[in-house]
Amino acid sequence: MFLEVSYMEILESGTGELFHPPDPDGFREWVHKHKNTRLVSKIMSEQEAIARFVQDGDYIGTELYGTVRAPMSLIRELIRQGKKHLKVAGQGVHELDLLLAADLVDCLDITYIGWELYGISSILRRAVESGRVKTAEWSNAAISWRFKAAAMGVSFIPVRSMLGTDTFKYSAAKIAKDPWTGKPVCLLPALYLDVGLIHVHQADEYGNCRIEGISGFAVELARASKKLIISAEEIISNEEIRRYPERTIIPYYLVDAVVPAKYGSHPGEMCYRYWRDEEHLLQFYRDSADPEKTRAYLNRWVYGCSSHDEYIKLVGIERLKKLEMEIGGR
Amino acid sequence: MNTKYNEVEFLICLAASLMEDGTTAFVGTGIPMLAAALAKKTHAPNLVAVFEFGGTGASLENLPLAVGDSRTFHRAVAASGICDIMETAQRGFIEYGFLGAAQIDMYGNINTTVIGNYWPPKVRLPGSGGANDVGSHCWKNIIIIRQHDTKRFVPKVDFLTTPGYLYGPGTREKAGLPPNTGPYRVVTNLALMDFEPHSKRMRLIGLNPGVTVEQVLANTGFDLLLADNIVINSEPTEEQLRILRKEIDPEHYYI
Repeated sequence: MFLEVSYMEILESGTGELFHPPDPDGFREWVHKHKNTRLVSKIMSEQEAIARFVQDGDYIGTELYGTVRAPMSLIRELIRQGKKHLKVAGQGVHELDLLLAADLVDCLDITYIGWELYGISSILRRAVESGRVKTAEWSNAAISWRFKAAAMGVSFIPVRSMLGTDTFKYSAAKIAKDPWTGKPVCLLPALYLDVGLIHVHQADEYGNCRIEGISGFAVELARASKKLIISAEEIISNEEIRRYPERTIIPYYLVDAVVPAKYGSHPGEMCYRYWRDEEHLLQFYRDSADPEKTRAYLNRWVYGCSSHDEYIKLVGIERLKKLEMEIGGR
Repeated sequence: MNTKYNEVEFLICLAASLMEDGTTAFVGTGIPMLAAALAKKTHAPNLVAVFEFGGTGASLENLPLAVGDSRTFHRAVAASGICDIMETAQRGFIEYGFLGAAQIDMYGNINTTVIGNYWPPKVRLPGSGGANDVGSHCWKNIIIIRQHDTKRFVPKVDFLTTPGYLYGPGTREKAGLPPNTGPYRVVTNLALMDFEPHSKRMRLIGLNPGVTVEQVLANTGFDLLLADNIVINSEPTEEQLRILRKEIDPEHYYI
Protein backbone atom coordinates (compact mmCIF):
# COMPACT_ATOMS: atom_id res chain seq x y z
CA MET A 1 0.00 0.00 0.00
CA PHE A 2 1.56 3.26 -1.11
CA LEU A 3 0.30 6.34 0.66
CA GLU A 4 0.80 9.48 -1.40
CA VAL A 5 1.35 12.69 0.59
CA SER A 6 2.06 15.82 -1.42
CA TYR A 7 3.73 17.69 1.46
CA MET A 8 5.23 16.64 4.76
CA GLU A 9 2.71 17.20 7.50
CA ILE A 10 4.21 18.26 10.84
CA LEU A 11 2.19 16.65 13.61
CA GLU A 12 4.03 18.07 16.61
CA SER A 13 7.02 20.26 17.44
CA GLY A 14 9.27 19.90 20.47
CA THR A 15 9.27 22.98 22.73
CA GLY A 16 13.01 22.83 23.47
CA GLU A 17 15.26 25.57 22.18
CA LEU A 18 17.25 24.81 19.02
CA PHE A 19 20.60 26.15 20.24
CA HIS A 20 22.34 25.71 16.91
CA PRO A 21 20.01 25.53 13.86
CA PRO A 22 21.28 23.45 10.93
CA ASP A 23 22.66 25.39 7.96
CA PRO A 24 23.91 22.87 5.35
CA ASP A 25 24.61 25.54 2.71
CA GLY A 26 26.53 27.69 5.18
CA PHE A 27 28.55 24.63 6.20
CA ARG A 28 29.26 23.74 2.56
CA GLU A 29 30.52 27.22 1.83
CA TRP A 30 32.64 27.29 4.97
CA VAL A 31 34.21 23.93 4.11
CA HIS A 32 34.81 25.00 0.51
CA LYS A 33 36.54 28.17 1.61
CA HIS A 34 38.51 26.94 4.62
CA LYS A 35 39.35 23.27 4.31
CA ASN A 36 42.67 22.47 2.75
CA THR A 37 43.37 19.34 0.71
CA ARG A 38 47.11 19.87 0.66
CA LEU A 39 49.27 17.65 2.83
CA VAL A 40 50.65 20.13 5.31
CA SER A 41 51.82 19.36 8.81
CA LYS A 42 49.24 20.31 11.44
CA ILE A 43 51.27 19.31 14.48
CA MET A 44 50.95 21.90 17.22
CA SER A 45 50.62 22.22 20.98
CA GLU A 46 47.27 22.10 22.75
CA GLN A 47 47.76 25.76 23.65
CA GLU A 48 48.04 26.77 20.00
CA ALA A 49 45.23 24.50 18.81
CA ILE A 50 42.69 25.77 21.34
CA ALA A 51 43.77 29.42 20.92
CA ARG A 52 43.53 29.27 17.12
CA PHE A 53 40.41 27.20 16.62
CA VAL A 54 38.03 27.78 19.55
CA GLN A 55 36.22 31.05 20.17
CA ASP A 56 33.93 32.25 22.94
CA GLY A 57 30.33 31.31 22.13
CA ASP A 58 31.23 28.34 19.93
CA TYR A 59 29.20 25.15 19.80
CA ILE A 60 31.65 22.37 20.62
CA GLY A 61 31.44 18.59 20.71
CA THR A 62 33.69 15.98 22.32
CA GLU A 63 34.04 12.27 21.70
CA LEU A 64 33.84 9.60 23.23
CA TYR A 65 33.03 10.37 26.87
CA GLY A 66 34.80 11.36 30.06
CA THR A 67 36.12 8.01 31.20
CA VAL A 68 36.65 6.46 27.76
CA ARG A 69 38.92 7.86 25.02
CA ALA A 70 37.89 11.47 25.73
CA PRO A 71 40.13 14.39 24.70
CA MET A 72 40.86 15.32 28.31
CA SER A 73 44.14 17.16 27.64
CA LEU A 74 42.30 19.44 25.18
CA ILE A 75 39.44 19.98 27.64
CA ARG A 76 41.85 21.01 30.39
CA GLU A 77 43.50 23.49 27.99
CA LEU A 78 40.09 24.85 26.94
CA ILE A 79 39.39 25.54 30.61
CA ARG A 80 42.82 27.12 31.21
CA GLN A 81 42.15 29.51 28.32
CA GLY A 82 38.69 30.22 29.74
CA LYS A 83 36.71 29.96 26.50
CA LYS A 84 33.29 31.17 27.62
CA HIS A 85 29.60 30.95 26.67
CA LEU A 86 30.08 27.57 25.07
CA LYS A 87 27.26 25.48 23.72
CA VAL A 88 27.86 21.77 24.22
CA ALA A 89 26.42 18.44 23.12
CA GLY A 90 26.13 16.63 26.44
CA GLN A 91 26.89 12.97 26.11
CA GLY A 92 29.51 12.50 28.72
CA VAL A 93 30.74 12.75 32.20
CA HIS A 94 34.15 13.92 33.44
CA GLU A 95 34.88 16.29 30.53
CA LEU A 96 31.47 17.97 30.82
CA ASP A 97 31.61 18.06 34.61
CA LEU A 98 34.87 20.03 34.29
CA LEU A 99 33.47 22.49 31.73
CA LEU A 100 30.34 23.01 33.83
CA ALA A 101 32.35 23.40 37.05
CA ALA A 102 34.51 26.05 35.37
CA ASP A 103 31.27 27.85 34.41
CA LEU A 104 32.08 27.98 30.69
CA VAL A 105 28.82 26.50 29.37
CA ASP A 106 25.61 28.41 28.57
CA CYS A 107 23.60 25.78 26.70
CA LEU A 108 23.51 22.02 26.88
CA ASP A 109 21.93 19.65 24.38
CA ILE A 110 21.81 16.97 27.04
CA THR A 111 21.35 13.26 26.69
CA TYR A 112 23.24 11.89 29.71
CA ILE A 113 25.61 13.43 32.18
CA GLY A 114 26.25 11.06 35.03
CA TRP A 115 28.73 8.69 36.59
CA GLU A 116 27.24 5.29 35.69
CA LEU A 117 28.13 3.04 38.64
CA TYR A 118 28.90 5.91 41.07
CA GLY A 119 25.70 7.87 40.56
CA ILE A 120 24.44 11.25 39.40
CA SER A 121 26.56 14.33 38.72
CA SER A 122 26.51 16.92 41.51
CA ILE A 123 28.06 19.47 39.17
CA LEU A 124 25.27 19.02 36.61
CA ARG A 125 22.74 19.39 39.41
CA ARG A 126 24.23 22.68 40.61
CA ALA A 127 24.53 24.05 37.07
CA VAL A 128 20.99 23.20 35.98
CA GLU A 129 18.97 23.46 39.20
CA SER A 130 20.30 27.01 39.69
CA GLY A 131 19.04 27.92 36.20
CA ARG A 132 22.57 28.89 35.06
CA VAL A 133 22.72 26.43 32.17
CA LYS A 134 19.89 26.00 29.65
CA THR A 135 19.03 22.47 28.51
CA ALA A 136 17.26 20.69 25.66
CA GLU A 137 16.66 16.92 25.84
CA TRP A 138 17.79 14.17 23.46
CA SER A 139 18.61 10.48 23.60
CA ASN A 140 22.10 9.09 22.98
CA ALA A 141 21.07 7.78 19.57
CA ALA A 142 19.39 11.10 18.75
CA ILE A 143 22.55 13.13 19.42
CA SER A 144 24.63 10.68 17.38
CA TRP A 145 22.10 10.70 14.54
CA ARG A 146 22.09 14.52 14.61
CA PHE A 147 25.85 14.34 13.94
CA LYS A 148 25.18 11.74 11.27
CA ALA A 149 22.71 14.06 9.52
CA ALA A 150 25.35 16.81 9.55
CA ALA A 151 27.94 14.32 8.28
CA MET A 152 25.53 13.59 5.41
CA GLY A 153 25.31 17.30 4.62
CA VAL A 154 21.55 17.53 5.13
CA SER A 155 19.37 19.40 7.63
CA PHE A 156 17.50 16.55 9.33
CA ILE A 157 17.21 12.78 9.67
CA PRO A 158 14.04 10.72 10.32
CA VAL A 159 14.23 8.25 13.22
CA ARG A 160 11.95 6.24 15.52
CA SER A 161 13.41 7.30 18.87
CA MET A 162 11.87 9.87 21.25
CA LEU A 163 8.30 9.32 19.97
CA GLY A 164 5.53 9.69 22.55
CA THR A 165 7.79 11.02 25.33
CA ASP A 166 8.71 14.19 27.22
CA THR A 167 12.24 13.64 25.90
CA PHE A 168 10.72 14.64 22.55
CA LYS A 169 8.54 17.39 24.05
CA TYR A 170 11.58 19.14 25.59
CA SER A 171 13.75 18.61 22.51
CA ALA A 172 13.85 20.74 19.36
CA ALA A 173 12.83 17.81 17.15
CA LYS A 174 9.62 17.55 15.13
CA ILE A 175 7.21 14.71 14.48
CA ALA A 176 5.96 14.42 10.91
CA LYS A 177 3.75 12.04 9.02
CA ASP A 178 6.09 9.73 7.10
CA PRO A 179 5.28 10.38 3.40
CA TRP A 180 5.62 6.66 2.62
CA THR A 181 4.15 4.78 5.58
CA GLY A 182 1.81 7.49 6.85
CA LYS A 183 3.03 6.76 10.40
CA PRO A 184 4.51 9.36 12.77
CA VAL A 185 8.27 9.70 12.50
CA CYS A 186 10.68 11.85 14.51
CA LEU A 187 12.74 14.38 12.54
CA LEU A 188 16.04 15.29 14.21
CA PRO A 189 17.72 18.55 13.23
CA ALA A 190 21.30 18.06 12.03
CA LEU A 191 23.93 19.21 14.53
CA TYR A 192 26.79 20.98 12.76
CA LEU A 193 29.58 21.84 15.19
CA ASP A 194 31.86 24.87 15.25
CA VAL A 195 34.59 22.74 16.78
CA GLY A 196 35.00 19.00 17.33
CA LEU A 197 37.54 17.51 19.75
CA ILE A 198 38.58 13.86 19.40
CA HIS A 199 41.35 11.82 21.01
CA VAL A 200 42.72 8.99 18.86
CA HIS A 201 45.28 6.22 19.19
CA GLN A 202 47.38 7.20 16.19
CA ALA A 203 47.56 10.07 13.71
CA ASP A 204 50.07 11.20 11.14
CA GLU A 205 51.26 14.82 10.98
CA TYR A 206 48.56 15.69 8.42
CA GLY A 207 45.71 14.37 10.55
CA ASN A 208 44.96 10.91 9.15
CA CYS A 209 43.64 9.10 12.22
CA ARG A 210 43.26 5.58 13.52
CA ILE A 211 41.10 4.53 16.43
CA GLU A 212 41.32 1.08 18.01
CA GLY A 213 38.33 -0.66 19.53
CA ILE A 214 34.88 0.90 19.28
CA SER A 215 34.55 4.09 17.26
CA GLY A 216 31.79 5.58 19.43
CA PHE A 217 30.52 8.51 17.39
CA ALA A 218 33.92 9.70 16.11
CA VAL A 219 33.08 8.99 12.47
CA GLU A 220 30.02 11.22 12.57
CA LEU A 221 31.33 13.97 14.86
CA ALA A 222 34.52 14.43 12.82
CA ARG A 223 32.48 14.98 9.67
CA ALA A 224 29.96 17.25 11.42
CA SER A 225 32.65 19.73 12.56
CA LYS A 226 33.71 22.92 10.85
CA LYS A 227 36.99 22.84 12.75
CA LEU A 228 38.40 19.61 14.10
CA ILE A 229 41.15 19.31 16.71
CA ILE A 230 42.71 15.88 17.09
CA SER A 231 44.87 14.79 19.99
CA ALA A 232 46.79 11.56 19.56
CA GLU A 233 48.53 9.06 21.79
CA GLU A 234 51.07 8.46 19.06
CA ILE A 235 52.21 10.21 15.86
CA ILE A 236 52.91 7.74 13.06
CA SER A 237 54.31 8.20 9.56
CA ASN A 238 52.25 8.92 6.49
CA GLU A 239 53.95 5.88 4.96
CA GLU A 240 52.43 3.71 7.70
CA ILE A 241 49.00 5.26 7.06
CA ARG A 242 49.30 4.45 3.35
CA ARG A 243 50.13 0.81 4.07
CA TYR A 244 46.72 0.35 5.73
CA PRO A 245 44.41 3.04 4.31
CA GLU A 246 41.36 1.02 5.39
CA ARG A 247 42.28 1.79 9.00
CA THR A 248 41.97 5.57 8.54
CA ILE A 249 38.71 6.43 10.28
CA ILE A 250 39.22 10.23 10.05
CA PRO A 251 41.00 11.45 6.88
CA TYR A 252 43.37 14.43 7.13
CA TYR A 253 41.24 16.93 5.17
CA LEU A 254 38.72 17.00 8.03
CA VAL A 255 41.44 17.92 10.52
CA ASP A 256 42.80 21.35 11.49
CA ALA A 257 45.18 20.50 14.32
CA VAL A 258 47.08 17.42 15.44
CA VAL A 259 48.20 17.59 19.05
CA PRO A 260 50.58 14.91 20.36
CA ALA A 261 49.19 13.82 23.74
CA LYS A 262 50.42 10.58 25.25
CA TYR A 263 48.05 9.69 28.12
CA GLY A 264 45.74 12.37 26.69
CA SER A 265 42.62 10.60 27.96
CA HIS A 266 43.75 10.36 31.60
CA PRO A 267 42.01 9.92 34.06
CA GLY A 268 39.85 8.02 31.58
CA GLU A 269 41.01 4.94 29.73
CA MET A 270 42.43 4.36 26.28
CA CYS A 271 41.73 0.83 25.10
CA TYR A 272 44.78 -1.44 24.70
CA ARG A 273 47.02 1.34 26.14
CA TYR A 274 45.96 2.21 29.70
CA TRP A 275 43.08 1.50 32.05
CA ARG A 276 41.02 4.20 33.77
CA ASP A 277 42.46 5.78 36.90
CA GLU A 278 39.81 4.58 39.31
CA GLU A 279 41.32 6.22 42.37
CA HIS A 280 41.54 9.63 40.65
CA LEU A 281 38.00 9.38 39.25
CA LEU A 282 36.47 8.28 42.53
CA GLN A 283 38.23 11.08 44.42
CA PHE A 284 36.98 13.60 41.85
CA TYR A 285 33.45 12.19 42.08
CA ARG A 286 33.46 12.52 45.87
CA ASP A 287 34.99 16.01 45.79
CA SER A 288 32.50 17.17 43.16
CA ALA A 289 29.67 17.02 45.71
CA ASP A 290 31.21 20.10 47.34
CA PRO A 291 31.71 23.33 45.30
CA GLU A 292 34.88 24.31 47.19
CA LYS A 293 36.49 20.92 46.74
CA THR A 294 35.51 21.03 43.06
CA ARG A 295 37.28 24.39 42.78
CA ALA A 296 40.33 22.91 44.56
CA TYR A 297 40.37 20.07 42.02
CA LEU A 298 40.34 22.55 39.13
CA ASN A 299 43.08 24.62 40.80
CA ARG A 300 45.31 21.63 41.22
CA TRP A 301 44.73 19.53 38.11
CA VAL A 302 43.73 22.13 35.50
CA TYR A 303 44.74 25.72 36.33
CA GLY A 304 47.74 24.43 38.30
CA CYS A 305 49.36 22.88 35.22
CA SER A 306 50.48 25.06 32.32
CA SER A 307 50.45 22.16 29.84
CA HIS A 308 49.57 18.51 29.37
CA ASP A 309 53.21 17.63 30.03
CA GLU A 310 53.00 19.29 33.45
CA TYR A 311 49.75 17.48 34.16
CA ILE A 312 51.42 14.17 33.34
CA LYS A 313 54.30 15.00 35.68
CA LEU A 314 51.78 15.79 38.40
CA VAL A 315 50.01 12.45 37.89
CA GLY A 316 53.38 10.71 37.95
CA ILE A 317 54.88 8.34 35.44
CA GLU A 318 54.84 5.38 37.85
CA ARG A 319 51.11 5.68 38.25
CA LEU A 320 50.65 5.85 34.48
CA LYS A 321 52.86 2.80 33.97
CA LYS A 322 50.68 0.96 36.49
CA LEU A 323 47.56 1.90 34.50
CA GLU A 324 49.27 0.56 31.37
CA MET A 325 49.78 -2.76 33.13
CA GLU A 326 46.12 -2.91 34.20
CA ILE A 327 44.57 -2.56 30.73
CA GLY A 328 43.34 -5.76 29.11
CA GLY A 329 45.02 -7.00 25.94
CA ARG A 330 43.42 -8.35 22.82
CA MET B 1 15.56 -11.28 53.23
CA ASN B 2 17.77 -14.32 53.54
CA THR B 3 21.17 -13.74 55.12
CA LYS B 4 22.86 -15.98 52.55
CA TYR B 5 22.65 -13.28 49.90
CA ASN B 6 21.95 -9.55 49.66
CA GLU B 7 19.25 -7.77 47.66
CA VAL B 8 21.53 -6.81 44.79
CA GLU B 9 22.68 -10.41 44.40
CA PHE B 10 19.07 -11.53 44.37
CA LEU B 11 18.12 -8.98 41.70
CA ILE B 12 21.05 -10.00 39.52
CA CYS B 13 20.11 -13.68 39.71
CA LEU B 14 16.43 -12.96 39.02
CA ALA B 15 17.29 -10.73 36.03
CA ALA B 16 19.73 -13.36 34.72
CA SER B 17 17.03 -16.02 34.85
CA LEU B 18 14.91 -13.93 32.44
CA MET B 19 17.59 -14.07 29.72
CA GLU B 20 17.35 -16.75 27.06
CA ASP B 21 20.22 -18.55 25.41
CA GLY B 22 20.84 -17.74 21.75
CA THR B 23 19.34 -14.27 21.86
CA THR B 24 20.48 -10.66 21.97
CA ALA B 25 20.43 -8.26 24.91
CA PHE B 26 21.15 -4.56 25.09
CA VAL B 27 23.20 -4.23 28.24
CA GLY B 28 23.85 -1.15 30.34
CA THR B 29 26.07 -0.62 33.38
CA GLY B 30 25.17 -2.01 36.76
CA ILE B 31 22.88 -4.91 37.46
CA PRO B 32 22.10 -5.72 33.76
CA MET B 33 25.80 -6.20 33.05
CA LEU B 34 26.22 -8.57 35.97
CA ALA B 35 23.03 -10.40 35.06
CA ALA B 36 24.20 -10.86 31.46
CA ALA B 37 27.61 -12.09 32.64
CA LEU B 38 25.95 -14.54 35.03
CA ALA B 39 23.52 -15.78 32.38
CA LYS B 40 26.44 -16.38 30.00
CA LYS B 41 28.29 -18.40 32.60
CA THR B 42 25.26 -20.52 33.50
CA HIS B 43 22.23 -21.22 31.29
CA ALA B 44 22.83 -18.83 28.35
CA PRO B 45 26.38 -19.21 26.98
CA ASN B 46 25.22 -18.00 23.56
CA LEU B 47 23.66 -14.77 24.81
CA VAL B 48 24.98 -11.92 22.65
CA ALA B 49 25.54 -8.84 24.79
CA VAL B 50 25.32 -5.58 22.86
CA PHE B 51 26.71 -2.30 24.26
CA GLU B 52 25.48 1.01 22.93
CA PHE B 53 28.82 2.59 22.04
CA GLY B 54 29.82 -0.26 19.74
CA GLY B 55 30.64 -3.60 21.44
CA THR B 56 28.83 -6.71 20.15
CA GLY B 57 29.29 -10.16 21.69
CA ALA B 58 31.87 -9.44 24.39
CA SER B 59 33.13 -12.33 26.51
CA LEU B 60 32.23 -10.41 29.71
CA GLU B 61 35.07 -12.19 31.52
CA ASN B 62 35.89 -8.92 33.27
CA LEU B 63 33.21 -6.61 34.51
CA PRO B 64 32.84 -3.40 32.48
CA LEU B 65 32.59 -0.21 34.54
CA ALA B 66 31.14 1.91 31.73
CA VAL B 67 29.05 1.18 28.60
CA GLY B 68 31.92 2.18 26.34
CA ASP B 69 34.91 0.83 28.22
CA SER B 70 37.29 -1.70 26.68
CA ARG B 71 35.75 -4.63 28.54
CA THR B 72 32.53 -4.11 26.56
CA PHE B 73 34.35 -5.32 23.46
CA HIS B 74 36.99 -7.64 24.94
CA ARG B 75 37.04 -10.81 22.82
CA ALA B 76 33.90 -9.48 21.11
CA VAL B 77 32.85 -10.30 17.54
CA ALA B 78 32.54 -6.67 16.50
CA ALA B 79 33.55 -3.22 17.69
CA SER B 80 31.61 -0.60 15.75
CA GLY B 81 30.00 2.66 16.84
CA ILE B 82 26.84 3.99 18.42
CA CYS B 83 25.00 4.69 15.15
CA ASP B 84 25.51 1.08 14.02
CA ILE B 85 24.29 -0.35 17.33
CA MET B 86 21.27 1.94 17.61
CA GLU B 87 20.35 1.34 13.96
CA THR B 88 20.61 -2.40 14.61
CA ALA B 89 18.08 -1.99 17.42
CA GLN B 90 15.88 0.22 15.24
CA ARG B 91 15.91 -2.49 12.52
CA GLY B 92 14.51 -4.97 15.06
CA PHE B 93 17.49 -7.18 15.86
CA ILE B 94 17.72 -6.67 19.63
CA GLU B 95 15.42 -8.88 21.70
CA TYR B 96 15.95 -7.71 25.28
CA GLY B 97 16.62 -4.24 26.62
CA PHE B 98 17.49 -3.42 30.21
CA LEU B 99 16.48 -0.20 31.90
CA GLY B 100 16.69 1.44 35.30
CA ALA B 101 14.34 4.14 36.58
CA ALA B 102 14.01 6.93 39.13
CA GLN B 103 10.22 6.75 38.65
CA ILE B 104 7.91 4.30 36.86
CA ASP B 105 4.13 4.28 36.30
CA MET B 106 1.61 1.47 35.73
CA TYR B 107 2.24 1.45 31.97
CA GLY B 108 6.00 1.05 32.46
CA ASN B 109 6.83 4.62 31.46
CA ILE B 110 10.14 5.66 32.97
CA ASN B 111 11.64 8.88 34.29
CA THR B 112 15.40 9.41 34.50
CA THR B 113 15.45 13.14 33.66
CA VAL B 114 14.09 15.44 36.40
CA ILE B 115 12.12 15.34 39.66
CA GLY B 116 9.63 18.20 39.80
CA ASN B 117 9.07 20.65 36.95
CA TYR B 118 11.31 20.58 33.94
CA TRP B 119 12.60 24.11 34.37
CA PRO B 120 14.22 24.78 36.66
CA PRO B 121 14.12 21.28 38.08
CA LYS B 122 14.02 20.40 41.77
CA VAL B 123 16.41 17.53 41.06
CA ARG B 124 18.27 17.17 37.79
CA LEU B 125 18.91 13.51 36.97
CA PRO B 126 21.35 12.31 34.28
CA GLY B 127 18.83 12.29 31.40
CA SER B 128 17.85 9.65 28.88
CA GLY B 129 21.23 8.46 27.71
CA GLY B 130 20.46 5.42 25.59
CA ALA B 131 17.38 4.52 27.64
CA ASN B 132 14.83 6.17 25.34
CA ASP B 133 16.34 4.31 22.39
CA VAL B 134 16.44 0.98 24.21
CA GLY B 135 12.84 1.45 25.36
CA SER B 136 11.74 2.46 21.87
CA HIS B 137 13.42 -0.24 19.77
CA CYS B 138 13.98 -3.46 21.77
CA TRP B 139 11.29 -6.11 21.56
CA LYS B 140 11.13 -6.82 25.28
CA ASN B 141 12.29 -4.43 27.97
CA ILE B 142 13.22 -5.53 31.45
CA ILE B 143 13.20 -2.77 34.05
CA ILE B 144 15.26 -3.21 37.19
CA ILE B 145 14.53 -1.07 40.25
CA ARG B 146 16.45 -1.73 43.45
CA GLN B 147 14.09 0.09 45.78
CA HIS B 148 10.40 -0.72 45.38
CA ASP B 149 8.51 2.13 47.09
CA THR B 150 5.82 4.75 46.46
CA LYS B 151 8.43 7.41 45.61
CA ARG B 152 9.45 5.35 42.59
CA PHE B 153 6.21 3.53 41.69
CA VAL B 154 4.09 6.62 41.02
CA PRO B 155 0.68 7.32 39.41
CA LYS B 156 2.32 9.73 36.96
CA VAL B 157 6.01 10.15 36.22
CA ASP B 158 7.26 13.76 36.55
CA PHE B 159 8.95 13.44 33.17
CA LEU B 160 8.39 10.69 30.62
CA THR B 161 11.96 9.96 29.54
CA THR B 162 11.52 6.47 28.09
CA PRO B 163 8.32 5.04 26.61
CA GLY B 164 6.50 2.16 28.22
CA TYR B 165 2.95 1.52 27.02
CA LEU B 166 2.42 5.33 27.23
CA TYR B 167 -1.28 5.84 28.09
CA GLY B 168 -2.60 2.32 27.49
CA PRO B 169 -3.31 -0.18 24.70
CA GLY B 170 -2.52 1.09 21.18
CA THR B 171 -0.99 4.41 22.27
CA ARG B 172 2.57 3.21 21.70
CA GLU B 173 1.84 2.29 18.09
CA LYS B 174 -0.21 5.46 17.59
CA ALA B 175 2.82 7.51 18.63
CA GLY B 176 4.78 5.79 15.85
CA LEU B 177 6.76 3.30 17.93
CA PRO B 178 7.31 -0.19 16.43
CA PRO B 179 4.40 -2.61 17.03
CA ASN B 180 4.76 -5.50 19.50
CA THR B 181 7.52 -3.84 21.48
CA GLY B 182 7.46 -2.51 25.04
CA PRO B 183 8.05 -3.30 28.70
CA TYR B 184 8.17 -7.02 29.48
CA ARG B 185 9.16 -7.46 33.13
CA VAL B 186 9.85 -5.26 36.15
CA VAL B 187 12.28 -6.68 38.70
CA THR B 188 12.52 -5.12 42.18
CA ASN B 189 13.78 -5.90 45.67
CA LEU B 190 10.22 -7.02 46.48
CA ALA B 191 8.72 -8.68 43.43
CA LEU B 192 8.49 -9.55 39.76
CA MET B 193 5.88 -7.85 37.59
CA ASP B 194 4.72 -8.25 33.98
CA PHE B 195 2.17 -6.27 31.93
CA GLU B 196 -1.33 -7.68 31.51
CA PRO B 197 -1.72 -8.26 27.74
CA HIS B 198 -5.06 -6.47 27.21
CA SER B 199 -4.84 -3.44 29.49
CA LYS B 200 -1.01 -3.19 29.27
CA ARG B 201 -1.06 -2.44 33.00
CA MET B 202 1.61 -3.61 35.41
CA ARG B 203 0.75 -6.90 37.14
CA LEU B 204 2.29 -8.73 40.08
CA ILE B 205 3.36 -12.24 39.06
CA GLY B 206 6.06 -13.20 41.55
CA LEU B 207 7.03 -12.42 45.14
CA ASN B 208 10.55 -12.45 46.41
CA PRO B 209 10.99 -14.88 49.33
CA GLY B 210 9.52 -13.50 52.55
CA VAL B 211 7.58 -10.69 50.86
CA THR B 212 3.76 -10.46 51.01
CA VAL B 213 1.27 -9.20 48.42
CA GLU B 214 0.15 -6.52 50.91
CA GLN B 215 3.72 -5.31 51.26
CA VAL B 216 4.07 -4.92 47.50
CA LEU B 217 0.72 -3.10 47.20
CA ALA B 218 1.60 -0.75 50.08
CA ASN B 219 4.83 0.17 48.33
CA THR B 220 3.23 0.79 44.94
CA GLY B 221 1.71 4.22 44.31
CA PHE B 222 -0.81 3.02 41.72
CA ASP B 223 -3.31 0.15 41.36
CA LEU B 224 -1.21 -2.91 40.67
CA LEU B 225 -2.99 -5.82 39.01
CA LEU B 226 -2.59 -9.26 40.60
CA ALA B 227 -1.99 -12.42 38.56
CA ASP B 228 -4.18 -15.46 39.26
CA ASN B 229 -1.18 -17.49 40.32
CA ILE B 230 1.43 -15.44 42.09
CA VAL B 231 4.56 -17.54 42.49
CA ILE B 232 7.47 -17.23 44.90
CA ASN B 233 10.61 -16.28 42.99
CA SER B 234 13.48 -18.74 43.24
CA GLU B 235 16.36 -17.98 45.56
CA PRO B 236 19.85 -17.73 44.09
CA THR B 237 21.63 -21.08 44.04
CA GLU B 238 24.98 -21.64 45.75
CA GLU B 239 26.55 -21.99 42.31
CA GLN B 240 25.09 -18.66 41.07
CA LEU B 241 26.36 -16.87 44.18
CA ARG B 242 29.80 -18.44 43.87
CA ILE B 243 30.14 -17.37 40.21
CA LEU B 244 28.86 -13.90 41.00
CA ARG B 245 31.19 -13.31 43.96
CA LYS B 246 34.30 -15.14 42.83
CA GLU B 247 34.27 -14.73 39.06
CA ILE B 248 32.08 -11.81 38.02
CA ASP B 249 32.54 -9.14 40.67
CA PRO B 250 35.49 -10.20 42.84
CA GLU B 251 36.35 -6.52 43.45
CA HIS B 252 32.81 -5.92 44.75
CA TYR B 253 32.10 -2.90 42.60
CA TYR B 254 28.41 -3.70 42.61
CA ILE B 255 27.69 -6.47 45.09
